[in-house]
Amino acid sequence: MSLMLEPSPEMIKSQREYAAMGLTDEEFVMVENMLGRTPNYTETGLFSVMWSEHCSYKNSKPILKRFPTSGDNVLQGPGEGAGIVDIGDGQAVVFKIESHNHPSAIEPYQGAATGVGGIIRDVFSMGARPIAVLNSLRFGELENARVKYLFKEVVAGIGGYGNCIGIPTVGGEIQFDPSYEGNPLVNAMCVGLINHEDIQKGQAHGAGNSVMHVGAKTGRDGIHGATFASEELTDSSEGNRPAVQVGDPFLEKLLMEACLELIQHDALVGIQDMGAAGLASSSAEMACKAGMGIEMNLDRVPQREPGMTAYEMMLSESQERMLIVVKKGSEKDIAKLFAKYNLEAVAVGSVTEEKMLKLTHKGEVVANVPVDALVEEAPVYYKPSSEPQYFRDFQAMTNVAPIIDDYKETLVGLLSQPTIASKEWVYNQFDTLVRTNTVVPPGSDAAVVRIRETNKALAMTTDCNARYLHLDPEVGGKIAVAEAARNIVCSGAEPLAVTDNLNFGNPEKPEIFWQIEKAADGISEACKILSTPVIGGNVSLYNETNGEAIYPTPVIGMVGLIKDLAHITTQEFKNSGDLIYVIGDAKTEFGGSELQKMTEGKIFGKSPSINLELEMLRQQQLLRAIQNGCVASAHDLSEGGLAVALSESLFGTDLGARIIVHMEAVTELFSETQSRFVVSVAPEYRVAFESIVQDARCIGTVTNNNHLTISHEQDGLLIDTSVQLLEQAWKGAIPCLLN
Amino acid sequence: MKFAVIVFPGSNCDIDMFHAIQDELGEEVEYVPHTADSLEGFDGILLPGGFSYGDYLRTGAIARFSKIMAEVVKASAAGVPILGVCNGFQILLEAGLLPGAMRKNRDLAFICKQTQLKVENNTTMFTTSYEKGETITLPIAHGEGNYYCDEETLSQLKENNQIAFTYHVDNPNGSLENIAGIVNENGNVLGMMPHPERAVDSLLGSEDGLKLFQSIVRNWRESYVVNA
Repeated sequence: MSLMLEPSPEMIKSQREYAAMGLTDEEFVMVENMLGRTPNYTETGLFSVMWSEHCSYKNSKPILKRFPTSGDNVLQGPGEGAGIVDIGDGQAVVFKIESHNHPSAIEPYQGAATGVGGIIRDVFSMGARPIAVLNSLRFGELENARVKYLFKEVVAGIGGYGNCIGIPTVGGEIQFDPSYEGNPLVNAMCVGLINHEDIQKGQAHGAGNSVMHVGAKTGRDGIHGATFASEELTDSSEGNRPAVQVGDPFLEKLLMEACLELIQHDALVGIQDMGAAGLASSSAEMACKAGMGIEMNLDRVPQREPGMTAYEMMLSESQERMLIVVKKGSEKDIAKLFAKYNLEAVAVGSVTEEKMLKLTHKGEVVANVPVDALVEEAPVYYKPSSEPQYFRDFQAMTNVAPIIDDYKETLVGLLSQPTIASKEWVYNQFDTLVRTNTVVPPGSDAAVVRIRETNKALAMTTDCNARYLHLDPEVGGKIAVAEAARNIVCSGAEPLAVTDNLNFGNPEKPEIFWQIEKAADGISEACKILSTPVIGGNVSLYNETNGEAIYPTPVIGMVGLIKDLAHITTQEFKNSGDLIYVIGDAKTEFGGSELQKMTEGKIFGKSPSINLELEMLRQQQLLRAIQNGCVASAHDLSEGGLAVALSESLFGTDLGARIIVHMEAVTELFSETQSRFVVSVAPEYRVAFESIVQDARCIGTVTNNNHLTISHEQDGLLIDTSVQLLEQAWKGAIPCLLN
Repeated sequence: MKFAVIVFPGSNCDIDMFHAIQDELGEEVEYVPHTADSLEGFDGILLPGGFSYGDYLRTGAIARFSKIMAEVVKASAAGVPILGVCNGFQILLEAGLLPGAMRKNRDLAFICKQTQLKVENNTTMFTTSYEKGETITLPIAHGEGNYYCDEETLSQLKENNQIAFTYHVDNPNGSLENIAGIVNENGNVLGMMPHPERAVDSLLGSEDGLKLFQSIVRNWRESYVVNA
């Protein structure tokens, strides 16, 4: 018996109960018109979650349409649990990124852990074996206790889930900036491997087929999580702690193994993760995609606690659950398969011809609504957009190089900036090696995971420099994609495709919507020119705390294919005597740079510019040189510029480098001009390398004295320091800030 | 030589162990579920790493009650080589096949990194292919690898030369006397926190674990020849 009486339809309307669930007055009227009556409490709940931004993309749909989503190798674009790209030999790679920002802001360990759990389910629900997870994290500056707590707990949560389930966490990126102080970003990406014939869809075909609830029981956790994710955070958000789910990675390990066995079973029709909006979205979406309906008897739903209402069961976001559709008559077989893993699989309903989601509970029909109304007919908003004044001000500024007294101290300072500093403190808490396929663990440009029984490997990365996006969302969007592709190419891989996680502020503010539009335009153009279609992703809006938005942060997750294990390349210099090249010249571009942030305490001006055709050309040439065996090491030149890239190429080796630069020293050493690389080449490949890579300029040699020496042609010695000193600063920065 | 890789609910290095034996060592290997009631026909038993039963209650505390563990105990008494790595080591401790216990890492955080180990005893059936005092590199990946035992047990371990591996230079988890791996008194059961099965392929950074498996096979063959 439910102890609390649910409001009647009349009360829902007259007392605007729907507003507390996130529906607007106009939306409620739309629902009434679609149903031809006033919805009851459960139905109002269904519409409110299904029409939340998180589930319906009602504010971002017009934007998402701009992305190129098809390509020769794309087997599955956006719309399913995860996108799929062909990699030859009957195999394909499956991947997707997803955010868990709001849960992580109020309960960081569980928020981050269940973010990892959710994205892993998205990948194995496609039939794929998850082979790696990555993340992309944003926090405030590591200055106050709250931020340190969030940072430590998010890292522990990611590790706690990934380590236990036994999927290596192979890469990621972290930036620190005050704009994320109250609203950290926790994006998790999962990559899986699949044989073409095993690809599954979340579709409920075949009237009469059985709908089964598998995995964990449904509890009262995470109710209205999707709605909560679609609101701004305020000081009272702590009260939403019950909307954060609790993860059980051990259960998910069992569920994953059971589902991967299920994939091979003839009786399986469709499978979908119960993620955001749980049973409501999985049932409605599976029915809608198949053009069918679903009828469920909620009495049969395995429940963790007594007295759950229909509303609670449908909106629960309890973790480690899947909804599957199986052929009629196979229910016992399927239950037996799951029992082997100590899991429940319970038939809760069936597929119907009539395209309705019909729910009964305790002998009464508690909801009867058209599935299309829930899924496809959600409102779509074209929000007003306006160019903010700050952007015009930044654009009017001229590029100037900051004034530097001491080059060495500046380099040490940059290496100690948390965004540049070693993330060892973080990734040492992740099992990066389990499943013994990790060829390049975290720390290089992209992670590399080999594919067993082939001579191939996959490279993967997450990237986004949100400072550039703040200064100029369109150019910053282009750079995010270009940088991801640069990282992939540096590892010896050809970029395949993109999954994106669009993290922005409140889209109802025209200046925020302008950022979203511009960033999407930039991403779209870069994806077109670099031939990396967007095969799926996630939108996370309303990332604001008490009215202050985060920097626009569309994180790009990219996967590339290494066609021969011999092509795998890392960023460290390899041998004394090798020649050091920089590809591309520096311009005076310090807007949003690490040096500007460090010396001025803020960012302003123009973002570095980017020419995507030039980017593509350089990437292709470098990749060809790598594939021809001419390149000993390759490293993307990003935050902190050339001096930082050279230092990073030396860390972990006992080598040194002697460098001579020609142009204005501050620009040469620290500018963040795009489309550039630091590469080392054995002397015997000098001619071959130079003939392939046009814009490469030899700037020095690798030495065996473990010193970094940088001189200027005219001005003489700029930096002469032991690498050890630099490495200590770089490695010690984050642990030091946390103590 | 035929190996069994025991699979508990939550084991996740079972695949690593399996491939190390099959692909790199070139010996026969099979997965054996925790529910099996026989280890008949297996010449070596491998307890892989992972989070058996989610590490709930205490690492290895639930897995040791699995049906298969009665067979593992029998095999141990019969002198069959048994290797427990990481969670496998923790299970062997809980099962009483090795002395001592695990505590949470000194820094209370999970640690995954390459570690330097010193081969303390190269006379066990698991270590004869190494030199005594040799330094090798194997990765660790655990949250509870901080080995502990009482003084009496420690002096017995030393007296009987049961300490197989110690952490060299840097002790990552706070374990007593830098202990990374120990054998039982009889010398046929080895438990260790570092992962030799993750260090059998130069592509992945280290091949230093291969000699451990090669030692098992070589010693098994020799004893087989002697006994036959």
